[in-house]
Amino acid sequence: MLRRDTLKYLASGSLILLSGILKPVSALAKWNQEAFDATNLNDAINSYFPEQQIEETDQIKIGVHPVIENGAVVPIKINTDLTKLESITIFVDKNPTALIANFDLSPGCLGFVSTRIKMEQPSDIIVVVKSNGKLFSTKTFVEVQEGGCG
Amino acid sequence: MASTIRLKTKTRDNITTVRAIIRHPMETGFRVDADSGKLIPAHFIKLVTVKHNDQIMFSCDWSRAISKNPYLSFMFEGAKSGDKLKVSWLDTQDKTDTFETLID
Repeated sequence: MLRRDTLKYLASGSLILLSGILKPVSALAKWNQEAFDATNLNDAINSYFPEQQIEETDQIKIGVHPVIENGAVVPIKINTDLTKLESITIFVDKNPTALIANFDLSPGCLGFVSTRIKMEQPSDIIVVVKSNGKLFSTKTFVEVQEGGCG
Repeated sequence: MASTIRLKTKTRDNITTVRAIIRHPMETGFRVDADSGKLIPAHFIKLVTVKHNDQIMFSCDWSRAISKNPYLSFMFEGAKSGDKLKVSWLDTQDKTDTFETLID
């Protein structure tokens, strides 16, 4: 019985995988399941950037209001003066899963991204930028009055 | 049916600012349905791709912690008037949508 269920599970999983491959949007897809499932910050960072050094920098600016009333909608803007940008990644330390979003930039892109995220409770927001093959990070603390994940 | 994607671009001094809003519930899987008392299953956009003409200019991997009806803005340089800009998304239920506009 158990074996049959496992087979069914595997079969449905591979169907999903197959249909995913046929979608044009997944051309560059590399959605990192392990990193997105990680419930704490260090695990999320280590599985997204395995065995890589991350250097703190003041060349990344996180534009976010320091006190957020409603954690369901937290507008965030990231600017960086770093060059040869490859990616910008957002983590929230105290969220149920810490990896929030990754943005891959082609060489034509400027060092800017803006979006809206959810925050469960007061927490650091950590932004990691990949520039010229190296990782740089900065963080900022945000007070959240009402959690936005539940 | 109307597109789930609203897309605007503005070009000044060779720099194009892209703004997109996607209509999507972005369910975390942690929310309880008030009527049934059951958890609402997770349902969120995982991938967003933005193509300038046929080149991928910008792409996103998202978690459930992007807000409902996601907003996205970024900037790039080198676009010409009449160039194509196309936004596509794929969610956890393998649903997808695409919208294309021309740069002013």
